[in-house]
Amino acid sequence: MAEFALPKNSKIQPGKHFPAPAGATKVRTFKVYRWNPDDGLNPRVDTYDVDLATCGPMVLDALIKIKNEIDPTLTFRRSCREGICGSCAMNIDGTNTLACTRAISDCTKPEVPIYPLPHMSVVKDLVPDMTHFYAQYASIRPWLRTQTPAPPDRERLQSKEDRALLDGLYECILCACCSTSCPSYWWNGDRYLGPAILLQAYRWIVDSRDEDTGARLDELEDPFKLYRCHTIMNCARTCPKGLNPARAIGEIKQLMLARRG
Amino acid sequence: MTSPNVPNAYKITEHKYDMIVVGAGGAGLRATFGLAQKGLQTACITKVFPTRSHTVAAQGGISAALGNMGEDDWRFHFYDTIKGSDWLGDQDAIEYMCREAIPAIIELEHQGVPFSRTEDGKIYQRPFGGMTTHYGKGIAQRTCAAADRTGHAILHTLYQQSLAHDARFFIEYFALDLIMDEEGACRGVLALDLAEGTLHLFRAQGVVLATGGYGRAYFSATSAHTCTGDGGGMALRAGLGMQDMEFVQFHPTGIYGAGCLITEGVRGEGGILRNANGERFMERYAPNAKDLASRDVVSRSMTIEIREGRGVGTHKDHINLDLTHLDPKDIHEKLPGIAESARIFAGVDVEKEPIPVIPTVHYNMGGIPTNYHGEVVQLRNGDPDAVVPGLYAIGEAACVSVHGANRLGSNSLLDLVVFGRAVANRCAETIKPNAPHKPLASDACDKSLANLDRVRNAHGSLPTAEIRNNMQRAMQADAAVFRTGETLAEGVKKIREIHASFADVRVTDRSLVWNSDLVESLELQNLLGQALTTIVSAENRTESRGAHAREDFPDRDDAQWQKHSVCWVHEDGTTEIDYRPVHMYTLSGDVDVVPPKPRVY
Repeated sequence: MAEFALPKNSKIQPGKHFPAPAGATKVRTFKVYRWNPDDGLNPRVDTYDVDLATCGPMVLDALIKIKNEIDPTLTFRRSCREGICGSCAMNIDGTNTLACTRAISDCTKPEVPIYPLPHMSVVKDLVPDMTHFYAQYASIRPWLRTQTPAPPDRERLQSKEDRALLDGLYECILCACCSTSCPSYWWNGDRYLGPAILLQAYRWIVDSRDEDTGARLDELEDPFKLYRCHTIMNCARTCPKGLNPARAIGEIKQLMLARRG
Repeated sequence: MTSPNVPNAYKITEHKYDMIVVGAGGAGLRATFGLAQKGLQTACITKVFPTRSHTVAAQGGISAALGNMGEDDWRFHFYDTIKGSDWLGDQDAIEYMCREAIPAIIELEHQGVPFSRTEDGKIYQRPFGGMTTHYGKGIAQRTCAAADRTGHAILHTLYQQSLAHDARFFIEYFALDLIMDEEGACRGVLALDLAEGTLHLFRAQGVVLATGGYGRAYFSATSAHTCTGDGGGMALRAGLGMQDMEFVQFHPTGIYGAGCLITEGVRGEGGILRNANGERFMERYAPNAKDLASRDVVSRSMTIEIREGRGVGTHKDHINLDLTHLDPKDIHEKLPGIAESARIFAGVDVEKEPIPVIPTVHYNMGGIPTNYHGEVVQLRNGDPDAVVPGLYAIGEAACVSVHGANRLGSNSLLDLVVFGRAVANRCAETIKPNAPHKPLASDACDKSLANLDRVRNAHGSLPTAEIRNNMQRAMQADAAVFRTGETLAEGVKKIREIHASFADVRVTDRSLVWNSDLVESLELQNLLGQALTTIVSAENRTESRGAHAREDFPDRDDAQWQKHSVCWVHEDGTTEIDYRPVHMYTLSGDVDVVPPKPRVY
C-alpha cells in the first residue's frame, strides 16, 4: 500500500507549554495549532493550561483569556461573540464550529484540540484564507434578479407561506464550517461550490420574488459545481446554526431532474 | 512613496479613487454601492469581511411609517424621535430621516431583504419602545422585521447589492489615519493590509467614515469585540471635535453575565419585565407605555428596582424578562434567534423560564458631528455648521444628530440606510468623477507612520489587554446608567491616567502578517480618546437629559443645556469643550417644530 506523508515544512512540531499560574483551581488544557509565516518555522501545537475559575464559559472566552493574559501572539478572528457574525469558525474538539457558541464544558477531549478550519490555506495560526470561498459566493450572483419592475411606491407582496420557504436558508452566516467539513469539498473545492454556497443558491431559487430560476439552475448544471455532493451529510451535522445544506442541495437536484421531464 | 522623516522608512502603495468608504456595515455598504451606482470610482476598506460587521447583530427591526399594521404617519415618527431624543436631536435631520424612511424600506424590500410578512403579504411590523401614533396617544406598529434577525437580513442583502454593483472592496484592511491637508480638508486615508502587513495610501476626493460605535470602551456591552470606534479615533487625532459623547445608551435587556443582546422586540411581542416579587414594575414608572417606554427610561427603572432590593438571583442584581405567557408558535415564528441565544448564553428555555437580563451598554448617540447630508461639520470662526471639506460620517460613527440624547429602538438600522444613501446622493452632486488629485505634501503620512512605528515596537510595561481592562472597568463604574458629580470626577481622573498610560503600552507580537496584537493596540488607542471625551463631556453636562442621568442634577435644563457639546482632545491629552446649537427648525412646511415639553411615557 502506498504511504503518504506531509511535505517536510508542513509537519507539525511539538510546541511550547504554558502551565497554569500557581493557585489555579479549575484547570483545562487547550492544544492550539500555531503557524506564523514570518518566522519560517514549521507549524506547531502549543499547550495552554487555563484556569476556568476566572474564564467565561465558551471556547472563545478561553482563547481571549490566552491572548490577554498568557500569549498575545495567538491569532484568531472574532467579532460578535454571539454566533451571528461567523468570524470565529474553527475546528474545536474535532468539529467545525463557532468558538463563541461552543461551551468548554461540552468539549469531550480532556486536552481540547483547536485547529483552523480544515483543508484551507492558513494565513496565520487559526486564521484561514477565505478568499476562494467568498469568490465562490460571488460567483452564484447572490442577489434578487427580476425582469418585472417593482411597484414604485410599495413592497413586492409575498405570502407568509412563500416567505416561510426561506426559513432555514436565509439565516446562513457564511462561516464556512459546513463547506470545510465536506470531504468532497476538500478534494474538489476548486470547482465544487460546496454546501454553504449551494444553500445560498437555493435560497434565491425558492424566493417567490426572484424571476431568474432557469438561469440559476443553468449556472449549476455542471459535473463539479453541484454534483460533487455525495450526501455525506457532514454539513448538516456541523452547522452551528442548525441549518441543513444537504437538504437544499437535494432540492436543487430534484429541480434539475424535474425540468428534464 | 517612502517617507524619509520616519525612523524606519515604510513602503507605501498608493491608490487613487473618487471616494473611499471606511467600514462595511449597513451604512458603509449602502454608501459604497450608492456611490458606485452614481458613477464615482469608489473603494470600501474594512477591517472585517462585510457580513461580519456588527449591523449583523441587530435583531428587532427597522422603523418606517408604512402603516401596514394600522394607521401611521411619518409625522408621528418625527414626533416620537424628537421626544425620544429628549429634544437634543436636530429637527431638520429627523424630518429627513423619518420621511425618507418609507422609500428606504421599500427599496430594501426591492433589493431582496427577506422581511417577515403580514397575512396580505406586506412587510410585517411590530411595536417598539417609544413608537406611538397621534403624538403619544396610541401604540404604533412601525418596526419592520425579518423575524428577530433583521440586521442580519439587511446586512447580507446590502453586501449582495454591493456584489451586484461590482463595488471594489479592500477586506481586512485596518484604517490607521485620515490624511488631512494644510487647509483642513480630508484627502485620503492610510491603511494597513492585515494579510500582508503592508501599508496603503488611499487618495480620494472624499472619505466617508462608517466605522460604527465604540461600545468596547465599556466592560459589558452588547457591542462586538470589533466595535472600537476607529473612525472617531481617527477624527480626534485629526484635530476634530466629537459631539454629544456623554450620551451612551444602555439597552435594558442584555443577557446577565454574557452581555449578549435580547431585542426590545421581545417586549414588542408581549414580553414583560418582572422584579423579584414577580411584579410588572414598569407599570409604576411608565403608566402608558409600560415595558415599551424609551430605553433610557426602562434602564433607569430596572436599576432603581435592583438598587431598592427587588432584583432577582442570588445577588439580587438583575431582572427577569418573562416570555412564558407567549404562544410558543409566535416565539418560533417571530423570536427564534433570541430563543437560541437565551438557551446558549443563559441556559434558559424561554417557553418555560424567564431570561435574566441587565441594562448593558449598547449604542453611542454621540460621534462625529455631521449635517443631514453626512458632511462632517465643526465649529469654525463662529460658524457652528462649517463643513470639513472631503470628510463625511454616517451611521453610529456619526452624530447627525437624529438620536439626540437617546435613540429609539429600530431607528438605528434606519439611520444607516437613510444616511448611507444621503451621502451617496450628496457626493453625486458635489464630486466630479475622475477629477485630478491635488498634490499631497511629502510629509502627509509622517505623523501616522510615526504613531504606527511607535506602537508596533512598543516595549513598555503594560500589555494592551491590561490598559484596556483598566479603561473598561473605569467607564463601567463611573459613567453608568446613573451618574453623580463625584463618580464622574473620579472617572475623569482615572481615565486621564489610563489615557496617559498608553505611552507605556507593551506589544508582544512583532510579526507583519495578521498582527492582531498590534491591531488591538491601535484599536485601544481609538477607544481611549473616545472614553476620555465621553467622561469629560458627562462631567461637564450638569443636567439630566435622555441617557445622561445625573443624580445631582435630576432635571432637564433647557435654558442652559439644550445644546450639543463638542469635545476635542489635544496632543498632550488635555481636553476642550464647546457647543453647537440644536437645529430647532425643519426642512419643509409639512411638519412643525416640536418645542420642548416634559417627557412622560
